[in-house]
Amino acid sequence: MLNGDRGPRLRAEDVLVRFGGVTALAGVSADVRAGEILALIGPNGAGKTTLINTVSGVYRPAAGRIVLEGRDITGRAPDEIARRGIARTFQNVSLFGGMTVLENILVGRHIHMRAGVLASGIYWGWGEREELRHREAVERIIDFLEISHIRKAPAGTLPYGLRKRVDLGRALAAEPAVLLLDEPMTGMNREEKEDMVRFILDISDEWSPAIVLIEHDMGVVMDISHRVVVLDHGRKIAEGTPDTIRTNADVLRAYLGEAPGAALPTGAR
Amino acid sequence: MTIETLPALLLDRAQADGRRIAMREKEYGIWQSYTWAECLGRVQALALGFARLGAGRGDRLVIVGDNRPELYWSLLAAQALGTVPVPVYQDATAAELRYAIAHAGARIVIAEDQEQVDKILEVRGELPEVEHIVYKDPKGLRHYAEPGLRRLDAVEAAGREDDGRRPAPGDGGAAAFRRLIEGVGPDDIGLISYTSGTTGASKGVMLSHRALLATGRSFLQVVPVGPTDQMLAYLPMAWVGDTFFSVVVALLSGAAVNCPESAETVRGDFREIGPNVVFAPPRVWENLLAQCQVRIDDADWLKRSVTRGLVGAAMRSARAALQGGAPAAADRVRCAVGEPLVFAALRDQLGLRRIRVAITGGAPIAPEVLEFFRGIGVNLTQLYGMTECSTPATVQPDGQVKPDTVGPPIPGVRLRIDERGEVLIDSPGLFSGYFRDPAATAEVLRDGWLRTGDAGLVDRDGHLVILDRANDVSHLEDGTVFAPQYVENKLKFSPYIKEAVAVGHARPYVAAMLNIDPDVVGNWAQRRQVVYSGYTDLAQNPRVGELIAGEVRRVNALLAPALRVRRFVVLHKELDPDDAEITRTRKVRRRFVAEKYAPIIDALYNPRASDIEVRATVRYEGGREAQVARSLPIRTLDADSAAAAQAAGADA
Repeated sequence: MLNGDRGPRLRAEDVLVRFGGVTALAGVSADVRAGEILALIGPNGAGKTTLINTVSGVYRPAAGRIVLEGRDITGRAPDEIARRGIARTFQNVSLFGGMTVLENILVGRHIHMRAGVLASGIYWGWGEREELRHREAVERIIDFLEISHIRKAPAGTLPYGLRKRVDLGRALAAEPAVLLLDEPMTGMNREEKEDMVRFILDISDEWSPAIVLIEHDMGVVMDISHRVVVLDHGRKIAEGTPDTIRTNADVLRAYLGEAPGAALPTGAR
Repeated sequence: MTIETLPALLLDRAQADGRRIAMREKEYGIWQSYTWAECLGRVQALALGFARLGAGRGDRLVIVGDNRPELYWSLLAAQALGTVPVPVYQDATAAELRYAIAHAGARIVIAEDQEQVDKILEVRGELPEVEHIVYKDPKGLRHYAEPGLRRLDAVEAAGREDDGRRPAPGDGGAAAFRRLIEGVGPDDIGLISYTSGTTGASKGVMLSHRALLATGRSFLQVVPVGPTDQMLAYLPMAWVGDTFFSVVVALLSGAAVNCPESAETVRGDFREIGPNVVFAPPRVWENLLAQCQVRIDDADWLKRSVTRGLVGAAMRSARAALQGGAPAAADRVRCAVGEPLVFAALRDQLGLRRIRVAITGGAPIAPEVLEFFRGIGVNLTQLYGMTECSTPATVQPDGQVKPDTVGPPIPGVRLRIDERGEVLIDSPGLFSGYFRDPAATAEVLRDGWLRTGDAGLVDRDGHLVILDRANDVSHLEDGTVFAPQYVENKLKFSPYIKEAVAVGHARPYVAAMLNIDPDVVGNWAQRRQVVYSGYTDLAQNPRVGELIAGEVRRVNALLAPALRVRRFVVLHKELDPDDAEITRTRKVRRRFVAEKYAPIIDALYNPRASDIEVRATVRYEGGREAQVARSLPIRTLDADSAAAAQAAGADA
């Protein structure tokens, strides 16, 4: 399932992030390969979103490195990091409410657009060709995520579950090498969750990006991730396959307090 | 010489009309089109590809999926080899799919996507005969390693390669195709269609090329369809009505078939295509009507009252015209005003702007629905038929539409009413028997006549009148003849009522079990700030109960006093084909429902019962089951309240 052995696509090395006196990440290392789904779990405030924000350039680490496909991108601006192939979805969906689903996903293509103000302004010729090309890519994503029926609906009018799906489509439109998914399933009912899980697996199948998934639903995590990294109070306390994580004593303590003999739920395979 | 098989007809179309558009499919937001010549090429390649997989004469090939050009081509490709295509409902459960595949003894199954493949794999252990599962859409299937699983485009490519290797003298591809279909004769079976079966296990109806084409040709004598016409293929492929229109009528007439993007986009796609020829079962027309009513209700008071007044006048005029009279002068004026003001816009909104031929069939339609559409200028006519006679047996020709009949027989069809009042049909379109079920065949086919199972009569003008299923026509305790469907259709005309089951055989009065329409009632509740959590909650809301009671009173005013619904209950769940309560074509399986809901029916006839406790097992998508306990209130209506009903109806 994993694509080759060419080393990790994305690597975080001893990342240290401080907010004033608070240490949010105290030297965390992790990596993810192409085609792999890496789950990032841990109690609230463990530093999961901070790690994702640091990778995507929102925070600048006080120490440590972020390496994307062998190149150091530590401290680069978010837009540059996006251009280099890291796309993400947000815990609180961030779409342009007044724009249609199609336009929102087209925004995700922005980093691939080359035509300048002049060419786009004249439109005919280069601008037109480029727009057609991007529209085609967007339509493939619309088809893939099964949202053709809401293609022209303003994103702001959609129910929450569908907005999350459009947000995923926007991230996917960038054709990312690394896809960061920040709680893509919160607030969803069972059926919506099943759909989202299927889409994540299909994305992995179809494009093999490195996927980093933050998720609280342990059933989902154990079911679809290849590897799990557990954070607690800004430190990595465990890393391994879902099976080893489920019975790991440190993890149990972080989640449940002292409870010998307990185990996290198994995935419903 | 007349062409006697469907693949031969395809060849003829491709040679005569090669560059005309035969099919369109909306994909990636754009209508992609295919000419007749392209269709022939695809069918030919698929046929050779299937041959490579071992499909041969007399074999069966199951097709399951939404309306996709590739699946229609697969159907024709199978026919070209003399293999019998067996389309199956795409929303069938894994068990239903297993039954059809096993009964048909198919070695090859064409599945649209992962959803269908998963269902087949779930039951594959019980299907040792299935060798190849061929899928159209590879999404999510890339890492499936089950043996025999392959992509449809790969099968097609292999077929095309084989085709290239053959020596092809003469006119190339066409000659090769002609040789391919040489062995297929008019009496070969061209289709096995599993009936929806309101009465029990579904049966495989075998239809020959001759039967399908003869029926198609006589239908076209009554209803002209031509190469410039547009049709929309959106009804399940497994329903014989779809095969009849999207394959037989399309090939005979040269009309283009348009496949919508997905089930969710049908409404928008319908409007984009603006089809000239539409065939739809009554529930689709009812659904369109309900949408209209919701929108009219949502409009401001001025628009609402103007629209209601004009539509009312249109329906009165249509009723008068249907009964052979002339509309009142005042209504004529209102209609003339309404046409530019309201009706044209309504037709446009519904995607019926260009409609020329609108046909309903498959189940009886409420006269009010007929009047509404005819009133706003849609020439809606009725068709009666069944799978066993290749779809249509009677059609109302233009200018001979009567609300209570389904029209005269099409050319070549003879009708007879037997001593029990059952309708018998003889036509060149009769089926060749039920597949692997001679006993069932003998039961419905006697001396060359098909027993329809419907009670009916032929009126003075030679039009057929269908009363009900012959076995359903029953009697109340006092001997009053009671046709449940008649009452149910009146009830279902209310936009708030989606399904109705009327009971009353050997009982003192008529009672009903109802399903609310969740969209329309949901909208109604929303506007009145009625809070609800889901279907069950909404259905049991007391205010919704009052609403439905008002609707039933209004219907009662239209019924003979003896047939009025005295007591009713709003069911806690929707009747669902997955629970075998209705068929996939949404016909109530009366006997099954009567058994399943026996306690509720008993309570409806127990004067002391004011509610009934139900413990229902609900099966969720994904297979989980849960117990739901609910107390359903039973509502009693005063039998003599017709006058009060009128008043109640006015302010509802």
